[in-house]
Amino acid sequence: MYNSFLIKYGEIGIKGDNRHIFEDALAKRIKTVLGRIEGEFTVRKTRGRIYVNCGGDWNYDETVTQLTHVFGVVGICPVMIYKTGDMEKLKADMVDYVSKEHAGEKATFKVKARRVDKTFPLTSMEVSAALGEAILQNFPDLKVDVHEPDILFDVEIREEVYIYSKIIPGPGGMPIGTAGRAMLLLSGGIDSPVAGWMVAKRGVTIDAVYFHAPPYTSERAKQKVVDLAAQLAKYTGPIRLHVVNFTDIQLYIYDECPHEELTIIMRRYMMRIAEHFAREEGDLGLVTGESIGQVASQTMQSLVVTDAAASLPVYRPLIGFDKNDIVDISRKIGTYETSILPYEDCCTIFVAKHPVTKPLLHIIERSEGKLKEKIDALVQEAIDTAELVIAK
Amino acid sequence: MKEIYFDNSSTTIVSPEAARIVMKVMTEDYGNPSSMHLKGVAAEKYVREARVKIAKTLRAKENEIYFTSGGSESNNWALIGGALANRRAGNTILTSAFEHPAVSEPLKFLESQGFHIERIPVDREGRLRLDVLREKMTEDVILMSFMYVNNEIGAVNPIEEIGKMKTELCPKALFHVDAIQAYGKYRICPKELKIDLLSVSGHKLHGPKGTGFLYKAESAKLLPLIYGGGQQGGMRSGTENVPGAAGLGVACEEAYTDFEENVAYLRKLRARLVAGLREIPDTVIHGMPGDEGAPHIVNAAFLGAGSEVLLHTLEDRGIYISAGSACSTHKRAGSPTLTAIGASKAEMESSVRFSFSELNTEEEVDEALAVLREVLPVLRRYRRK
Repeated sequence: MYNSFLIKYGEIGIKGDNRHIFEDALAKRIKTVLGRIEGEFTVRKTRGRIYVNCGGDWNYDETVTQLTHVFGVVGICPVMIYKTGDMEKLKADMVDYVSKEHAGEKATFKVKARRVDKTFPLTSMEVSAALGEAILQNFPDLKVDVHEPDILFDVEIREEVYIYSKIIPGPGGMPIGTAGRAMLLLSGGIDSPVAGWMVAKRGVTIDAVYFHAPPYTSERAKQKVVDLAAQLAKYTGPIRLHVVNFTDIQLYIYDECPHEELTIIMRRYMMRIAEHFAREEGDLGLVTGESIGQVASQTMQSLVVTDAAASLPVYRPLIGFDKNDIVDISRKIGTYETSILPYEDCCTIFVAKHPVTKPLLHIIERSEGKLKEKIDALVQEAIDTAELVIAK
Repeated sequence: MKEIYFDNSSTTIVSPEAARIVMKVMTEDYGNPSSMHLKGVAAEKYVREARVKIAKTLRAKENEIYFTSGGSESNNWALIGGALANRRAGNTILTSAFEHPAVSEPLKFLESQGFHIERIPVDREGRLRLDVLREKMTEDVILMSFMYVNNEIGAVNPIEEIGKMKTELCPKALFHVDAIQAYGKYRICPKELKIDLLSVSGHKLHGPKGTGFLYKAESAKLLPLIYGGGQQGGMRSGTENVPGAAGLGVACEEAYTDFEENVAYLRKLRARLVAGLREIPDTVIHGMPGDEGAPHIVNAAFLGAGSEVLLHTLEDRGIYISAGSACSTHKRAGSPTLTAIGASKAEMESSVRFSFSELNTEEEVDEALAVLREVLPVLRRYRRK
């Protein structure tokens, strides 16, 4: 059975002098996620690789699941570690490995041995040839193909011998915490959790803000958003979620502004409040799940008007995605099932039947002028009464 | 904030006496009734006593009471077990168009298995169309299932009348009654009413959740749904839920203690609420007027106020009710009952249900009415444009 994992990481390798920062962040993150499960794990960095050695009462599937939640990991190779010895022992170990991992397979293979421990008497090339030979003798269904093998056996001779041939894809990206923080506008829908995930994947620490409107949205809708944040947190670490009561602002806009502009004006106030919390958290940008033309408030014209309400950059990682692409990612990262629970936006009251699709900034600003009597106080109240939930 | 619980048709608070006996059985007399030793005998006694208590409320025999996991199981068993046991005698099953899903869904299943289901329509107030029923009562009918009290609007089916028609027109058919909202509110004697199978749920009458029973007339042919160790005469296998049965027995006994006073009290609460609602403009009250309807259920549509929004608004004020259907109609189907009585879309979107127990008070009704008068104008101001 496996007793170690080799963690492959891509981009980090090319970050020059800052490389150790990224590697340290990755190793730390791996330690953190493995801390959530049973087992004794040691995370070792050696020569541009990270090894996770597993001991105690650990479980293979659980461990792999946790490792696939670490941004920066490109591949996870389950490794069998054997004690070093002479060439005969190495051959026997190779045969043992193949019989456990590829018994009965009909395939082509190649052995790629590397002698890190230069005291081993044979060269890397010689070891590869000898092990290939041993495999051919013992497994008649395996044939050599050095150009496009179905199975590539990696054999590393270090203080111990590492053999691996499988690679489980990781999420890629950069380790969390290596790229600053951003504030995600999180709703109960499918898109915003995916947007948060995509930005987090680039190493960004995620904070979040959710606008609820009781009694127009229910306690269950709020719980759903907390659950979504908790699902994201499996990748990002704990998320600071600011829950803002938006009801009074929404009703005031309803009372004072043209109905067809309701959504766009609401979104502008959401941006403003999100930005307030973003600055409090030291965030460098806002993140939304918008994609061009998906709904009236996400046309190019609407995005111009929404953007104008924020001074921080607004990151929209889904901007060019079709809905089904977003759904695919949402399923992959485990937020889909929660997102489709029927509690979101129960009330269509605040969605105009015919909303503006090509709003003009000066017209929207003029409408917002009608709010000047009370809106600052209402925004301040929403900020003051916001509740902070740590989702993890 | 004081809590006003007007959602007793969803579930009820467990009575202290029922809770006490449940606790006692769980922690002291925890034996398995099938065990041969004393612990088993002690446990069996609770089950037997509960059965005696329940049988008494129906003027039935003890061996006609079977404990189940609740209303849904009782209904499923009665329908599926009843249809399978009698399929050689015919193929038609009669039911009403506004049954609870715990009846309408098993019937859909039976339909998919080849049985012919006839759903008898109801009128605008929830009255069963007896003229249509009469036409459908043919030789081929093997099973009939009519709820006693409709769970959403409190309409009452003419069970006695249906029983008489059955005796006259299709005497072979089994007569099942879903009495989940009626037991404890009506005196039910299955024998007199020609009822063969009757479903009751514990948690609607201050008993524990996960409890209930099926009354099965001795003569009724019914196949078991759950097979196993042969408990309850082989009709319903599985170790008896002894604490549950004990708690249920107490709750059933209590439901028929001071019965007349309690029902009269519920009627008073209901009349008070209805009178108050009639003064709120643009309000439609569903179901049967006055004493024709069930004593504890009021269904009203406050046109222009979304039912879920109203529910959450009242919840904020400590008042708990239930919403028939979601205000976002494009996502969810409307309620089966409101559809059956032909309620308009506007009514469906704004319907809520108030349901009482004898623990509610007139002050609570007045308080709820005051809150409604206060919040409805605000809620109605905000509507989709």
